[in-house]
Amino acid sequence: MTVQDTTILRPIPRFRGVDHKTLILIPPGIMLLVFFLCPFLIMGAVSFYYRVPDGFYEPDFVLANYAAFFDPVFLTALARSLTLCAVISVVCVSLAMPFTYLVSRMRRGIQVPIVILLLCILTLSEVILGFSWTILLSRTAGVSNVLVWLGILDRPVSYYPSRIAIMIAMLHFCFPFAVLTIYPPISRFDRSLPEAAATLGAGPIRAFFTVVIPALRGTIISALVLVFVFALGAYLFPQMLGRPADWTLSVLITDQAIYKSNIPFAAAMSVFLCLICFALIVGVGKLTKKSEG
Amino acid sequence: MNNHLGKLYVFGIALFLMLPLIVVAGVSFNEKKRLYFPPRGFTLDWYKNVLNSSEWLGPIGTSLTVAAIATIVAVCIALPISFMMWRHGVLFAKALFGLGLVPFMLPPVTSALGFLIFWSEIGGYGSFWATTISHSVFLVTIPLMMISLGLETIDDAYLDAASSLGASEGEIFRTVILPLILPFIFGASAFCFVLSMNEYIIAFMVAGFTVETLPIKVVNSLRYGYSPAMAAVSVFAVLAAAGLFLTVARFGDLLKMVGALDKSD
Repeated sequence: MTVQDTTILRPIPRFRGVDHKTLILIPPGIMLLVFFLCPFLIMGAVSFYYRVPDGFYEPDFVLANYAAFFDPVFLTALARSLTLCAVISVVCVSLAMPFTYLVSRMRRGIQVPIVILLLCILTLSEVILGFSWTILLSRTAGVSNVLVWLGILDRPVSYYPSRIAIMIAMLHFCFPFAVLTIYPPISRFDRSLPEAAATLGAGPIRAFFTVVIPALRGTIISALVLVFVFALGAYLFPQMLGRPADWTLSVLITDQAIYKSNIPFAAAMSVFLCLICFALIVGVGKLTKKSEG
Repeated sequence: MNNHLGKLYVFGIALFLMLPLIVVAGVSFNEKKRLYFPPRGFTLDWYKNVLNSSEWLGPIGTSLTVAAIATIVAVCIALPISFMMWRHGVLFAKALFGLGLVPFMLPPVTSALGFLIFWSEIGGYGSFWATTISHSVFLVTIPLMMISLGLETIDDAYLDAASSLGASEGEIFRTVILPLILPFIFGASAFCFVLSMNEYIIAFMVAGFTVETLPIKVVNSLRYGYSPAMAAVSVFAVLAAAGLFLTVARFGDLLKMVGALDKSD
């Protein structure tokens, strides 16, 4: 917008106009600042509060909640969460890249039902999916019955609680998220590139790996980070399909907050988790911008 | 050959994605109160059971109310922000937009704990409004992103034409912009609604022991043992989600709503 001479002559209507228009931002602004920003700021403050042993907390400035991180229970849970989510993220994005690429080249009549399926799974939450997996991996109704029927197993077995069960359920839950993250850039991807590769004699699989994948490097990296962060949020799968020894950071936070009534420690862990995610997202955002610019 | 391989891959994964849904539908038809798959016997009693008992109808009603209000509030927060950012480039709107994207960049547990502490400090812990308002600000990312996508698709020529014909700012919004972004608003609402219906961790942390939403009810009853009734509830949830998304796809371009480029060919 350029400032023209007329605005100097008639400054009042212009300013009134701007004020009038921005007024409608006040209610949404209040909602977000009060009900979203405030909770995070208060949580940040509570992470420095003193925990009264009987279960409450009082305003103070202590670092004890952060010092508790050096507890081996926390450190192993942290290492476990990060490794688990890194594995899930890599597997999900590797499977989702060719899937999304192939789907984006299919007819609309196939794309729409697939997107609906992905949206359904993404929105169903861990409650119903976790429940379904406990059935699917159980002794009475699970896949082991199929293996018995095929003659591979002698009798049906239960596949949970186990780490593999958590991983399968998380893979299933994170996959739609991975696809929907990379779907927009892949659908905008210039088709003439793989076509040129085909003209030069590369088969579709080779063209995918030598042309499509390198061209979408930035997309892949940001998808890896987003899926990693998404996976860190998984909360019910580790509880429903694993043992307490398999619990992730998200479970520990809730456990401390609700069942151990140690809100300051839960807040400190939560602040720490937020910082990891922010650092990753901002860092990767900068990195991909630099490589593209 | 390669083409068939590709199709096989896509449908293989689609099958894996559908697997839990198929099994959960299957066990809901069991005649006895056991979860067998393939089901033993066939009955629709568990569905009748769910629809006739206040044990399930109560939480379903609570979830529907929470989801409906949270969706309306989320859209009302998102619409002015997206609009002011797109039409007037207001800096405050940009800042609010950025803030509104944060919930989806963080693990939900962190937001949930923030809400828990916030509501217990101001005295709303355990109330219906704690759940509803927390859901609405947590889900605001969806309408923010989808309405912005919708606004981006509007051709400037329409706006120029309207204003050169003498339409005021308000008239342009009502007669040109709103009809064009309506499918996106509808899509975002459907998405928000289904997410809120199924959301567990926030509802549990801010009012888990007083406001019993459907997911909380399901998790609580899992502790007392499984019953095909829970599978029937899950089937309802899946059908509701699929039905809503199908409706969205009928009235708008679902692929565009999830960010795909329009391909007319």
